[in-house]
Amino acid sequence: MSVFKDAKHLFVFAGLFVLAFLVFLVVRHYVVPKSFGEYGHYRGAAIGEIASHPIKFAGHQTCETCHSDVLDVKSKGKHANVNCEACHGALAKHADDPSAVTPVLPDTTVLCARCHTASAAKPKGFPQVAPADHSGGLACSTCHKPHSPAMDAGGAK
Amino acid sequence: MNISRRQILILLPAAAVAWKSVLAGTPEASPNYNMSDHWWGMLIDIPKCIGCGNCVRACQTENDVPDGHFRTWVERYHRSDWPMTESGEVTANPLIDPEVISPDGGKEGFPAATDENGKYFFVPKMCNHCADSPCTQVCPVGATFISPDGVVLVDPTYCLGCAYCVQACPYGCRYIHPEKQIADKCTLCYHRITKGLTTACCEACPTGARQLVDLKDPKDPIHEFLKTHSVQVLKPQMATGAKLFYNDLDGSVR
Repeated sequence: MSVFKDAKHLFVFAGLFVLAFLVFLVVRHYVVPKSFGEYGHYRGAAIGEIASHPIKFAGHQTCETCHSDVLDVKSKGKHANVNCEACHGALAKHADDPSAVTPVLPDTTVLCARCHTASAAKPKGFPQVAPADHSGGLACSTCHKPHSPAMDAGGAK
Repeated sequence: MNISRRQILILLPAAAVAWKSVLAGTPEASPNYNMSDHWWGMLIDIPKCIGCGNCVRACQTENDVPDGHFRTWVERYHRSDWPMTESGEVTANPLIDPEVISPDGGKEGFPAATDENGKYFFVPKMCNHCADSPCTQVCPVGATFISPDGVVLVDPTYCLGCAYCVQACPYGCRYIHPEKQIADKCTLCYHRITKGLTTACCEACPTGARQLVDLKDPKDPIHEFLKTHSVQVLKPQMATGAKLFYNDLDGSVR
């Protein structure tokens, strides 16, 4: 085989190349996570990790399982479509253990003003007042019941 | 108490079913969630937004968003009337150059709207969860991606914090987390929607201006809404496949 007489350096180089490729495969096997490429060019397990974050807002369905009395009042009033935690804040901890975490009653002078302070930027049909002129500093809850705010709605809570 | 064999045979399976539902309790993981059954997006109804900032606060609470950074924020636009000189010459184009403010992301509300000319309106903004997102295309390490159910996410263990995606997003929806030094963005409350809940911003919105939509759900009201309303996305010319739909969007919004 005179053709390969002086080709030893080529075989050495090819051997080194194959060896390097094998090392690459082994390293890649250990370095790249199992789920990489499961759905695309990313780590598939990341989806599950992000989905397992804890929730802070329990969701109105959870609130309503216990506070159905409030739901009855609210569903007849103007605030029927305002979710519980829009005003009361994130209360998943309260939902998990009602006795351990007690929600703080919101201050209506601050709370109501966030939405109902008059502004030319708000939609025309949205009920809005200038709080200072409207109530003179009295808390909104003096006259309005937040769960069913119309004045003639009666003793709703 | 006398219970016949027949009654026992009826009661036992009933008790088993009841016990099963007691054991299930609040679902921790999401065993019934199938990614291929969903394609998430959001509808924003501009005429309903009152700029209260509830969504911005709720998002910050739910997702521990650092102060001064926003996964969602509310902008107030003021598109003035066409400014003219006395001779009737138009001096500026309010469609191209509207006045936009967003003090602290609109978290604590907005200053009084004083100008009687033109029109004011609020535009809530957040990640558009684009189907063909520039931000996922530029990531050099495969740390950001669109999930099979159409949510653009960041893998915090893979992200290097190179901020290439922050520059690539045409909507300015990403930031580098000041403590973690990795890219952070809206996850469409992925940890909530996979459990059957809506997002924190939708949960907290008092007027229903924000609605989570599932484009793969044939019963979702979004399909009827898209047929009957004038709905747009931001920067359609960029062909990002944005899934944040705006109803009644003014032409000046960028």
